[in-house]
Amino acid sequence: MSVVIKAQGVKTVFGEKIVHNGLNFSINKGEIFGLLGPSGCGKTTLLREMVMLQEIQSGSLEVLGYDVTKITHKNAQKLRQQWGVLFQAGALFSSLSIAQNIALPLFEYTDLSKKMIDEIVKFKIDIVGLKLSDANLFPSEISGGMKKKAGLARALAMDPKLLFLDEPTSGLDPISARDFDALILKLRELLGLTIVMVSHDLRSINDTVDRAAIIDEKKIVYEGALDNISSIDSKFIQTFFGESYE
Amino acid sequence: MVKSHLEITLQNTELSIKFYGKFDLYLISKYEKQISDFKLTNVKTVNLDMSNLEFLDTASAIFINSLEKDFLSKPKILNIICDNKIILDTLKLTKNSTYSNVYMEQKNSFLGDFGKNLVLRYKDFISFIEFFGLVFVAFLKYIISPKSIRFREIFFEINESAIKAFVIISITSFLIGLVVAYQSAYQLKLYGANIFIVDMLGISIFRELSPLITAIVIAGRSGSAYTAQIGAMKITQELDAMKTMGFDPFAFLVLPRIIALMIAMPLLIFLSDMMAIFGGMIISNIDLSISTELFLSRFNEVIDIKHFYIGIIKGPFFAFLIASIGIYRGLMVKDDTQSIGFNTTKSVVESIFAVIICDAVFSIAFTNLGI
Repeated sequence: MSVVIKAQGVKTVFGEKIVHNGLNFSINKGEIFGLLGPSGCGKTTLLREMVMLQEIQSGSLEVLGYDVTKITHKNAQKLRQQWGVLFQAGALFSSLSIAQNIALPLFEYTDLSKKMIDEIVKFKIDIVGLKLSDANLFPSEISGGMKKKAGLARALAMDPKLLFLDEPTSGLDPISARDFDALILKLRELLGLTIVMVSHDLRSINDTVDRAAIIDEKKIVYEGALDNISSIDSKFIQTFFGESYE
Repeated sequence: MVKSHLEITLQNTELSIKFYGKFDLYLISKYEKQISDFKLTNVKTVNLDMSNLEFLDTASAIFINSLEKDFLSKPKILNIICDNKIILDTLKLTKNSTYSNVYMEQKNSFLGDFGKNLVLRYKDFISFIEFFGLVFVAFLKYIISPKSIRFREIFFEINESAIKAFVIISITSFLIGLVVAYQSAYQLKLYGANIFIVDMLGISIFRELSPLITAIVIAGRSGSAYTAQIGAMKITQELDAMKTMGFDPFAFLVLPRIIALMIAMPLLIFLSDMMAIFGGMIISNIDLSISTELFLSRFNEVIDIKHFYIGIIKGPFFAFLIASIGIYRGLMVKDDTQSIGFNTTKSVVESIFAVIICDAVFSIAFTNLGI
């Protein structure tokens, strides 16, 4: 199994506060990898570092074979076309409709015809479970759950190999959340995606995540499959997985 | 249910405080006063009797704990009489939570504040320089590959911030021309120098008034809009989303706005020139009985074309300042809604200030150059 993301000694400092102190983990191709931990432990920060929105202070972070700490502008652009990112609240461009949001990367990066792009957009809208009649609505006109689905459709627009999800099920009702989990599993199966996700939703974690890294006290306290996790001696793991996890 | 009250009895050296009914945070100050009314100097033993207490909330529990601490430090013998497990648990819970007040009190010293402020200002300045650097790099990229110029966005912004501002600029400039002419007509009449209103209006409007009025209206209209738009995009993570998709926000959002305003500003100043002169002409006609033909022929004679060019040339500079300050302030917005308001205010104030400074520099430069 080839490694998609590899972190070595990642250290993050905000002012005087150390957020991560030497994180090591690796994410393999084709797996759904969860980043878990108590609030404020820096899961989202770590995700932002992987997608080059924030810099790490020391260590190395390799994504799809590129070291993001010393990447050239050209390679960075190449890398950005190989992943999709779903932000917590969708982060759709508010001046564009759903269909235009999804079509944007296609217009910018490919020389496909308008007709072809329309077809692709229709397919993406359909695959994430949105209705085609919603395609021309603007982000301000749709619900939070629909925004997430539209955000996912946009993240998938370029058929990325790697998908980053920041709390994909938070703020969704339980039924939509389970649908979302099922969708993620289906996409992994269909498109052979590698998925990195930050989540607090225990049900979603149990249903989808293959392997996880648990961050607590600035370190990774556990990395691996969730099967025998409750034997690990960590306050967070004990309270999070302890009683509810079989 | 018993009515909530406090019963305090003093027997020789023994003080008994009996709680009845419920004790919640609304009763604390009343009870505190009641207890403090007793002189405790001779008291050796204190009994806190809570056996008749039905309910205790956490605020009151904290009060009882502090009471207990107070009595123990005097020192007196303290007996707590209570058999209600829930109440005891509440007391225990509030006692166990040890909160340090390290973060509560932060000492401010004048020198410390001054230093912090200075560092903050310095960082602000550096980030503004960084912003200009990034704008410049994005501009170079536009020049290197003209294909990447976002013409659609540029035209969209020209429409938004210039075409839609035609009416307001026209009205403002017309009124300014009217007012300036009206005020000076009164003075000129005293000297019988009626015809010189043409010289006065032509030079002051072309050189100074029109560019400044236009810049101020645009700073209030577009500068604030840029800050609010980009600030909101930052809060909703749209900027982050753009970056992860490999779209440079400078090429997509920043430069189109700056370029659009730089193109539009001279046009707006031209419009403002026309409207202000028109306003002045009307007043000259009514107040000083200078006919339109006379006004125009005098205008042709005395007003050099250079005055017009000087006003127009200021446009792109003012536009650059307004647009870049507006956008920079938008990018400075933090993850809270308050900072949009704060930065929008700053953006308008700073851009008007910058425009006036720039105008002063132009004024000195042109005068020294003899233009």
